[in-house]
Amino acid sequence: MATIQVTGEDEPHPDVALVASALAGDVRAFETLIQKYDRQIFRIAQHITQNREDAQDVVQDAFLKAYEKLSQFQGNSKFYTWLVRIAVNESLMRLRKRRTGKMVSIDEDIETADGSVPRDLADWSPNPEQNYSQTELAAILRKTIQGLPHGFRVVFVLRDVDGLSTEETAETLGLSIPAVKSRLLRARLQLRERLSRYFRNKKAGEK
Amino acid sequence: MTCTEFLALLDELIDDTISAETRAQLQDHLKGCEHCEVTLNTTRKTIEIYRSHEVYELPASVRERLHAAIVARCKNGC
Ligand SMILES: [Zn+2]
Repeated sequence: MATIQVTGEDEPHPDVALVASALAGDVRAFETLIQKYDRQIFRIAQHITQNREDAQDVVQDAFLKAYEKLSQFQGNSKFYTWLVRIAVNESLMRLRKRRTGKMVSIDEDIETADGSVPRDLADWSPNPEQNYSQTELAAILRKTIQGLPHGFRVVFVLRDVDGLSTEETAETLGLSIPAVKSRLLRARLQLRERLSRYFRNKKAGEK
Repeated sequence: MTCTEFLALLDELIDDTISAETRAQLQDHLKGCEHCEVTLNTTRKTIEIYRSHEVYELPASVRERLHAAIVARCKNGC
């Protein structure tokens, strides 16, 4: 579900005009930006905080903050990546509040090679969805991704679900490009391994 | 090419950011290695499944609350 629009190089991103209108006092222009991105911001906040109330508050606070600081938006990055950066910071702040005394950051070094080596090699790839209802499948996907360190989850969500580039993901999270790359690979492999546990059993059970 | 070398290039293969030459080497490895073929297929499917299913639904109340907050802020001058 890549909702980031790819436009030609000489064509300005449509958000540029919306930001300009909002700055000129058109509230509806900002509401358009909210409707465009609130789902993604909520998703990112959920993946970082793992808490529904916190994620809802992050959506509220991130958009209000963006609105307040709109004049500081430089326009040399995309509005969306700027907004995501605000949301990531707000999410980490909430997380810190819940885990008082514990430092929480996206760039903390996570050296877990565990689960990155493919072990489960059942090929469940064609159609695992058809064995589950939407609700069951969503629960499996949620449970599976919750098991990853949040620094992996966020990279996976920005890169693979939101469709940001490696460079944009690195910029948004304040990570180096090699760090984004290594986390993405491990996130993908760990998710694959964890999903295999569900999907291969269903497959075996049918036969 | 070993399986470890294949795995190190898995992301580049999936994201299609490799040279034609490397791609050919990877495809060559795939022909003789079922393990890596399964890893590639299921990793691709993992990405696709997360991309096409919303794991968290945004509650409608969040939108309403945000709308109200923005409007309230604007009453005091935008
Ligand atoms: Zn192999």
